[in-house]
Amino acid sequence: MISTVTVNWADVGPILPELLLISIGVLLIGLDLFSPRQRQILPWLTVVGCLTALAMIMGSRPSISFGGMFLTDGFSVFFKSICLVGVILTTLMSEHFRRIIAMPQGEYYSLLVFSAVGMLIMASAGDLMVLYLGLELMALPVYALVGLHKKENRTSEAAIKYFLMGGFASALLLFGMSLVYGLTGTTDIGRIGELINSLHLTNNPALLAALSLLLAGFCFKVAVAPFHLWTPDVYEGAPTVVTAFMSVGPKVAGFAIFSRVLFFGLPQLHDHWGPVLAVLALLTMAVGNITALCQQSLKRMLAYSAIAHAGYALLGLLAGTTEGISATMTYLFIYMFMNMGAFAILMLLATPGQPHESIEDCKGLAARSPIAAALMLVFLFSLTGIPPTAGFIGKFYLLKAAFAAGYTMTVVGAVLFSAISAYFYLRVVRYMYMTDPQQNSTLQYSPGMIVALGLCLIGVVGLGLFPGSLLDWAARALL
Amino acid sequence: MSIPLLSTLIFFPVLGGLSLLVVPRQQTATIRLMALLISLIELVLCLPVVLLFDKTTYLMQFREHLPWIKALNINYSLGIDGISILFLLLTGLIIVLSILVSWESITTKVQEFFVALLLLEGMMMGVFCATDFFLFYIFWEAMLIPMFLIIGVWGGPNRIYATVKFFLYTLVGSLLMLVGIILLYFKGGQTFDIIKLAGQAYPLKLQLLLFWAFFAAFAVKVPMWPVHTWLPDAHTEAPAAGSVILAGVLIKMGAYGFLRFSLPILPDATQQMLLPMLILSVIAIVYGAIICLAQTDLKRLIAYSSVSHMGFVTLGLFALNQHGLEGGILQMINHGIVTGALFLAIGMVYERTHTREIAAYGGLASIMPIFSGFFLLFTLAAVGLPGTNGFIGEFLILLGGFERLPWTAVVAASGLILGAWYMLWLYQRIFFNGVKEGMRDLVELNLREILTLVPMALLIIWIGLYPNALLSFLHVSVSHLLDQVNGIGLAGMALPIQP
Repeated sequence: MISTVTVNWADVGPILPELLLISIGVLLIGLDLFSPRQRQILPWLTVVGCLTALAMIMGSRPSISFGGMFLTDGFSVFFKSICLVGVILTTLMSEHFRRIIAMPQGEYYSLLVFSAVGMLIMASAGDLMVLYLGLELMALPVYALVGLHKKENRTSEAAIKYFLMGGFASALLLFGMSLVYGLTGTTDIGRIGELINSLHLTNNPALLAALSLLLAGFCFKVAVAPFHLWTPDVYEGAPTVVTAFMSVGPKVAGFAIFSRVLFFGLPQLHDHWGPVLAVLALLTMAVGNITALCQQSLKRMLAYSAIAHAGYALLGLLAGTTEGISATMTYLFIYMFMNMGAFAILMLLATPGQPHESIEDCKGLAARSPIAAALMLVFLFSLTGIPPTAGFIGKFYLLKAAFAAGYTMTVVGAVLFSAISAYFYLRVVRYMYMTDPQQNSTLQYSPGMIVALGLCLIGVVGLGLFPGSLLDWAARALL
Repeated sequence: MSIPLLSTLIFFPVLGGLSLLVVPRQQTATIRLMALLISLIELVLCLPVVLLFDKTTYLMQFREHLPWIKALNINYSLGIDGISILFLLLTGLIIVLSILVSWESITTKVQEFFVALLLLEGMMMGVFCATDFFLFYIFWEAMLIPMFLIIGVWGGPNRIYATVKFFLYTLVGSLLMLVGIILLYFKGGQTFDIIKLAGQAYPLKLQLLLFWAFFAAFAVKVPMWPVHTWLPDAHTEAPAAGSVILAGVLIKMGAYGFLRFSLPILPDATQQMLLPMLILSVIAIVYGAIICLAQTDLKRLIAYSSVSHMGFVTLGLFALNQHGLEGGILQMINHGIVTGALFLAIGMVYERTHTREIAAYGGLASIMPIFSGFFLLFTLAAVGLPGTNGFIGEFLILLGGFERLPWTAVVAASGLILGAWYMLWLYQRIFFNGVKEGMRDLVELNLREILTLVPMALLIIWIGLYPNALLSFLHVSVSHLLDQVNGIGLAGMALPIQP
């Protein structure tokens, strides 16, 4: 198929947002290099670029370009929106965080933007090759972002670990894809399904081997147990703002390709991947929630919580229904706000030279800064899934979808694990509200941080009270 | 309906509570006064609901209906019937009194405390008004957040343990109910409307499954034996206002849940599970009472007496006859008033002595005569002396229990004897027996405190002498509920809801 593609200018329209972001990325480096005095505008330029791209994507019409390799459909628009909002939130927080840890500004923002381009391509991929391309374009800048704070040892360790593990996962994925290609002779995700039917490959052992490899690769990328082992160390080692980004952006994009391949490409194999994912989802929730119980570092606790939330998000995907996918999409959208919000408070606690990442550092936060404590309270209750926050709506929708698909015991398990999770989220609330502060310094807010926190709060409370339009959007996206 | 009365009841305290945030945090006097004013207005707002309430119909009244989440067929729908209306009043009253009792005892984070209290009031009103199961769940769970903070931030020395235990117990129960709600949603025609859900016949096996799922949430909240262990801790450690709300309203919600959901939606399962429920109730009555005899902590004793008294309530509910049900509901209100009053009184004396050890008290009758007078009345009401409200409720429950299964009433009646024992013994140890060291300088109740206790005292006597004032609200709704449980009401339930 690749040989049949000639430059068709009509194909360029749909990828304009990606092209815009690439030019912004280049511009960021250029500005940093030639106009170092204006560095403080870099985050705002990134935000404006992402907003423009977001507007273009929201306004785009459904299309199939490059011979089916690049899809612009409701599904991709939804995922792209999450990714871009995630990048915007990250950028706003970075504007604050650069006061805590000095990282090279130009490189930082342009890597972020390039990674965003990778995510957008992942969301739009209609072909395994494009999918892989997007994945690597997303992943490579993130490897660099993790290690960007060169002076700290654990950052370098995290970067190396992430790079090796990520490379390994990519290899698994590629192996799976090559098997699929070998069996069906195509890399077009839409066509794979048809060919599996017409060639009667549903129970073909090689295809099942390919499926396992693909699953392993995807699970690595979205940090699903037992492929999650890299996550806590990398999340803990990376600069907090990068951790916040990683726990949302790459994970959401990973879910985009995960759903694209399984739900659109291999729906016939749902009997195989559904139960496997059910077990993995339960395992992930168990590992994430139970291990989080005994963490002393808030950052590491949030890392395990991010693992557990990948388990919840799987609930929709494993249902293998339209409703399930839209539940996963809804959940990821909500998860972005609450998780980013919690990480934002963690960043507020940090001071130059002192990361303040332990749960103990939350002691008496309500007395030191009532607003930050109240916000953290909202985010933590949302992560627990207590109404009227958005976290509850998201979780409810997931449970309902998995229930409708017949995974009753998985739902019961998910519910019990989310009760367990209450304990460690509440532990932070306890420290914030029910103990006396150890230090009396007040927190410093920067404009970017205020905007980011405001957005997260609106997301968590607003979507909790009025989730209707989000649910409609997620359902419409799959029509 | 021109004015959405029920929505006003729910959102007035919420908005009022949030408006407190505008006041500078140092101006605690203003904050207290505003909070009191808001809660008083809220209580007054309950009046039109009571006055306009039509006692001759079992249909939901003051209905409000707005689509909320269309994709899942979730509606913002409210309505009250004879069963729920009394709880609105009780909630309104209890909150006013708990604000009064916190006047001087809450000295830290005053602003946050009253905001949490008023938010809690809004959520509790919502629980009693919701006629959409999903909406009910939202209020039911949202209530946990302010309560968690009230116990955990302003409670006693062991507050953190108590509040986490409270939160986790309730959460696990509620989440199991959530699974039940989702199951019911699919089996009941993709709706959360409790009137539509109740108008259908479900297979027995499904009903039993759902019954236990709901049981998990409601039994923890009541609390029924053996899932009651969070209550003594929470009661003991909570600040006075928290204990009053817990005893007055919060634990009534479990029994209310049985009435609103388990009985009408799952009639066959209810009939099947009658015996286990009655046995659990009787165990709670006797067990709670015996444990009371061994308590050395004042608040803990009252907490265990709540377990015993709530056993009476569930005994009445699961007697499944007019007497039992009416007695059970009336006893919920009575218990809210009496135990609420006891916790108010204990809060007042604790403020002076800072000890909850019964052994530290003695001879208060000669030092605080007015206080001992009030306490005596509350004690007698808790014991169920004729002429107080406690007697009416317990008598009806025993009557109902006797009609259902005579031996339950016999065993339950022994709980009354034990009740008289531990309460009167408690009274003797605190108020008589010679003045203990350190009790000599206690100050008599001030005007604010007397005003806090007077409404409770009046209610105790008024309901004791003229129970029909409350029972008249119940008759029609309860007999309709009985029809539903006995399978007669199915046709009637399918009636369209009045606009």
